[in-house]
Amino acid sequence: MTPQTEHSSRRLLPALAVLALLIALPYLAQATGYTAMTTLATRVLIYGIAAASLNLVLGYGGMVSFGHAAFFGIGGYTVGILYQHYTLGEPLFGFIPGTNQLLITLPAAIVVSGLFAAAIGALSLRTGGVQFIMITLAFAQMLFFLFVSLKTYGGDDGLIIRRANELPGLNMRDKQTVYYVCLAIAVLFALVLSRIIRSRFGNVLSGIRQSEKRMAAIGLPVNSYKLVAFIISGMGCGLAGALMANFLRFASPDMLHWTKSGELMVMVILGGVGTLFGPFLGAAVFIVLESLLSSWTENWQLGLGVILLFVVLYTQGGVQALLGRLRRRA
Amino acid sequence: MTPILNVRALVKNFAGLVATDNVDLTVEDGEIHALIGPNGAGKSTLIAQLMGELRPTSGTIELAGRSIDALPTAGRVSLGLARTFQITCLLPDYTVLDNVAIAAQVRSGHSFRFWGDVRTETALREEAMQLLTQVDLQSRANALVVNLSHGEKKQLELAVAIATRPRLLLLDEPMAGLGHVESQQMVATLRGLKNQVSMLLVEHDMEAVFALADRISVLVYGRVIASGTADEIRNDPAVREAYLGEGDELC
Repeated sequence: MTPQTEHSSRRLLPALAVLALLIALPYLAQATGYTAMTTLATRVLIYGIAAASLNLVLGYGGMVSFGHAAFFGIGGYTVGILYQHYTLGEPLFGFIPGTNQLLITLPAAIVVSGLFAAAIGALSLRTGGVQFIMITLAFAQMLFFLFVSLKTYGGDDGLIIRRANELPGLNMRDKQTVYYVCLAIAVLFALVLSRIIRSRFGNVLSGIRQSEKRMAAIGLPVNSYKLVAFIISGMGCGLAGALMANFLRFASPDMLHWTKSGELMVMVILGGVGTLFGPFLGAAVFIVLESLLSSWTENWQLGLGVILLFVVLYTQGGVQALLGRLRRRA
Repeated sequence: MTPILNVRALVKNFAGLVATDNVDLTVEDGEIHALIGPNGAGKSTLIAQLMGELRPTSGTIELAGRSIDALPTAGRVSLGLARTFQITCLLPDYTVLDNVAIAAQVRSGHSFRFWGDVRTETALREEAMQLLTQVDLQSRANALVVNLSHGEKKQLELAVAIATRPRLLLLDEPMAGLGHVESQQMVATLRGLKNQVSMLLVEHDMEAVFALADRISVLVYGRVIASGTADEIRNDPAVREAYLGEGDELC
């Protein structure tokens, strides 16, 4: 076995084991009586997609966006608004018919959030550093208040989606089916992301994080690449938002609130910045901690804060790095 | 024959400070043109303007007879400009080979390719390896940049720059901080590159300058005060006073 294949098989095996576990999870949940585990896992998968998307710009590209909840919310509202027009039977803007088909709403959510990411990115990427953090935050808050004031689409109260989008041949009212749909999409998404990260594009993106000056000096038009990364990242968050709207059967301004951007960032940092599976792990730790701690106390964020401090100060690269070190020791 | 680089009446003002004062400068094809001058003379500022990293206040820059004033850095690089940095500027998390391969990748076309694994593109890896051999760094190909010595980083800077296949290389103090032996090695490497690329060499190491340069220009307070062959510069009284120190033996 050459070192390279040995290396990739060492990476592939745990991934397959985790995948098998995830496939078996609903049955394990039923067998052990913790049926809530399936819905918990669905949320982990959805937030994992969003956090992994954010990680593409944050961890690989070095762009600290504090406004990614905007794209998450846009994805959710795309599903909600299309559903509302479908039930009312009147087209959006007078010519776009509503729909409740997942195969249409998901691509629509990806495209719409991509367009928003293009507009916000084109303006925000003129800045860098703290200004970039602030301007992405500002754009997300603008969209938050836009949806709060949009009375047609529920305003402050949000938009109820009475039935989850339909997927031909599947019963999307079944929690287990929704879980498997989310799992399939998350696996596909992680595969695509892993290809992007190792591609020529991922290579220059990582180069930009390490030294923008160097990349410019070897002739790279840096800003176009940063913008495309930002758009891909926004599209991923939009996909996650669309899944979340289907899962909760609800889209609300809360999805775009700046605290949601913060949560996504916390997931990335918890799991491991600039790693492929780190954000998924981070999402799992975050969601599990949230449900555990909040069953003890209302001030669960306090406990989470302490744990986040520990992770940042002592793990040197999040849960992913911690697991890696433990495995090497074993 | 049109010179590879033709700078005319270049001016750069920084809020009252004149960093580049009406500079005229040419580099002929195949020539090594050295630019010397005391610290703060505006040498690095000049390179930044040539690369398009800084906008000049006025004046024009031509590369092989073509005005590049309106071009951003990327456009200038694709026309054949490349630079090295005085304070080395490399990708610290990457290996030596990755640093050169990424430059070869950017030169070979756009990088909006999202699927294939770039680490398995043998053409890029082989080209990078060959360039590393040229600067005698092939034994360190798989070392991470953070683990390189200062001298090795300087060599790598050069390999990355030539990976863009430039017609004109702007070298910002390639010998700075090098020991005597490393310095001589660098001189030999640059001499080996001479039939491949023209160079504008900014350097303090006078021994290296006199060993390499076909022509020397002296920059003081943003202004070119003298330009000529090594001997002409050595004997120019204005240069001796402004730069080399009054009355002292040269070198």
